[in-house]
Amino acid sequence: MTEEQSKVLPDLIEEKEPSSFRLILALGIAGLMSGIILVGIFIYTNPMIKANKEAAIKRAIFKVLPGCETYTPLKLDDGKLIEKVASDDNKEESDKEELLIYAGYNTNKELIGFAIPGDEPGFQDVIGAIFGYDDKENVIIGFEVLESKETPGLGDKIFKDADFQTNFSALAVEPEIVPVKKGEKQNANEVETITGATISSKAIVKLLNKSMGVWQTNIDEYIKENKIRVSEKHE
Amino acid sequence: MDNLMWIFISALLINNFTLSYFLGLCPFLGVSGKLETAFRLGLANIFVMLITAACAYVLNTWVLIYAPYLRLISFIIVIASSVQFVEMALKKLSPDLFRALGIFLPLITTNCAILGLALFSTNKGYGFVEGMIYALGAGGGVTLALVLLAGVREETRILNIPNVIQGSAINLIIAGIISMAFMGFAGLFSS
Amino acid sequence: MNKLVEYKNQNAQEFLKGLWDENPVFVAVLGMCPALAVTNTAINSLAMGLATTFVLLCSSILVSTFKSIIPKQVRITAYIIIIATFVTVVDFALAAFTPAIHKELGAFIALIVVNCLILGRQEAFASKNPVGLSIMDALGMSAGFTFAMLCIGIPREVLGSGSLFNIQLFGDSFEPWVVMILPPGGFFMLGFLLLGFNWYSQKKKERALIKQKLN
Repeated sequence: MTEEQSKVLPDLIEEKEPSSFRLILALGIAGLMSGIILVGIFIYTNPMIKANKEAAIKRAIFKVLPGCETYTPLKLDDGKLIEKVASDDNKEESDKEELLIYAGYNTNKELIGFAIPGDEPGFQDVIGAIFGYDDKENVIIGFEVLESKETPGLGDKIFKDADFQTNFSALAVEPEIVPVKKGEKQNANEVETITGATISSKAIVKLLNKSMGVWQTNIDEYIKENKIRVSEKHE
Repeated sequence: MDNLMWIFISALLINNFTLSYFLGLCPFLGVSGKLETAFRLGLANIFVMLITAACAYVLNTWVLIYAPYLRLISFIIVIASSVQFVEMALKKLSPDLFRALGIFLPLITTNCAILGLALFSTNKGYGFVEGMIYALGAGGGVTLALVLLAGVREETRILNIPNVIQGSAINLIIAGIISMAFMGFAGLFSS
Repeated sequence: MNKLVEYKNQNAQEFLKGLWDENPVFVAVLGMCPALAVTNTAINSLAMGLATTFVLLCSSILVSTFKSIIPKQVRITAYIIIIATFVTVVDFALAAFTPAIHKELGAFIALIVVNCLILGRQEAFASKNPVGLSIMDALGMSAGFTFAMLCIGIPREVLGSGSLFNIQLFGDSFEPWVVMILPPGGFFMLGFLLLGFNWYSQKKKERALIKQKLN
């Protein structure tokens, strides 16, 4: 390939030479045509791509927050959580850098918890995951891996192994989540690691602790600020 | 700092561009017969990757948020032109360095490893510093792979290898074995 | 009448050469990174093959149609613009209609643009031949590419995860040969396929030589 492609370079220079008006015209037409095609396909497919992304997030949130019916994305602004308003369509790429969590509500519009995404280096590459946090009970109530390249048959048990998933039905986050060997779970804040995939399991624990450290105070403040569950908090 | 270290080690060893993403295979299989050539090609790769990371960051931050559909075309054209530009500057400023790396530059500009670096680092949402570290790690990884394969190939030249397996076949199988060895680096950074 | 037969023959020839005699992966050893990176399952291999087919076909049609008005000095740049356009189209289309496959293939769809097979065919064939022949050439080459991708992808999936197109083939007692779906498996599979290919063509050559001598 490279031999062919290396010819690109001289051409790019020649293009700049003033004598060759035709060269510039030809490339200009090529660029114009490609521009029209690209904008066309972008306008046509972009709504679908967005809908797909949204559906994927929705599926994950509903899975980690059982009983969730609707959700609102929250973003961190000046150290405070505020509801994120749908932004300019053109700037969707910049969403990636913005950290979002999702507040989930049940059918009665009551807040049931937060879905929090996070990532952490695992055995092979960064593991991306989302988990459900119930602020009332201070426990994690659901967990789902979004992205992982962990070894098939070993590390991928973090999302394929049903036993491992049961760790996250009511996992206390305080004082800290601790990994223990399989069958040794005694306290509510312990996670049984997978035999043969200790590093991947520990990465998940690290991920949960890290994300809780980042978000917990913000969530508490958000709840106080918006006077949600005032009565419950007083009890 | 921890994060930067992970990015570097991950690109260099754990998720080596050539051995686990199969990027930059053409020079890997075609050129790397000689140890010294392989090493210089690797250095040229690091050089181009650093330029690429800078270009990708600039494009991604200021251009592509308004026109995401121009991603591929702008990456290719801007990277190719900037490498050409830097090559000319290098020729003027540091003829020695140019002599060492120059002939390889057109060969690797916008090959899969270079474009792959631009795509991966923008997909992962790396900032400028992270992008540069990633480029350094990825380039170092490609260099390592090239040098390792060239080392083995220099040895195989004096061996009596059956006709049918010579050429690409034996190179791929050697690459597979090296790649398998690199799998041992997984988990290096998490304890 | 004779001319028509000849015409058909030529078309068939252009198609068939890509499939076997000049197979882009096995003979020319082009387009290696997709051939190895995404062939860990049969579905991914097929999707990559079809995406490449689309890009190669569309670019060949455009290039051979406009070959007379593209100035020689800027032809490569023009080809790259054309190819990159179609790759972006495929990228968006896959993301919109089959998000699961798009997620699996990831950045490797965008990397079709640097697949030497595509630029190579524009330079070597489409820029010198009429549209009809270029279409046949593009179809043949991409059929050869897809065929090669499946040759690598099917054994890798069967050995590495014990399934084919996501359908489990063996019972629970089958212990998957995990290394086959990991990167080293890709190198080994292609290495052994090339070995087989070389062996076959050598045998063929020897046989032809013997025949010649006998005659």
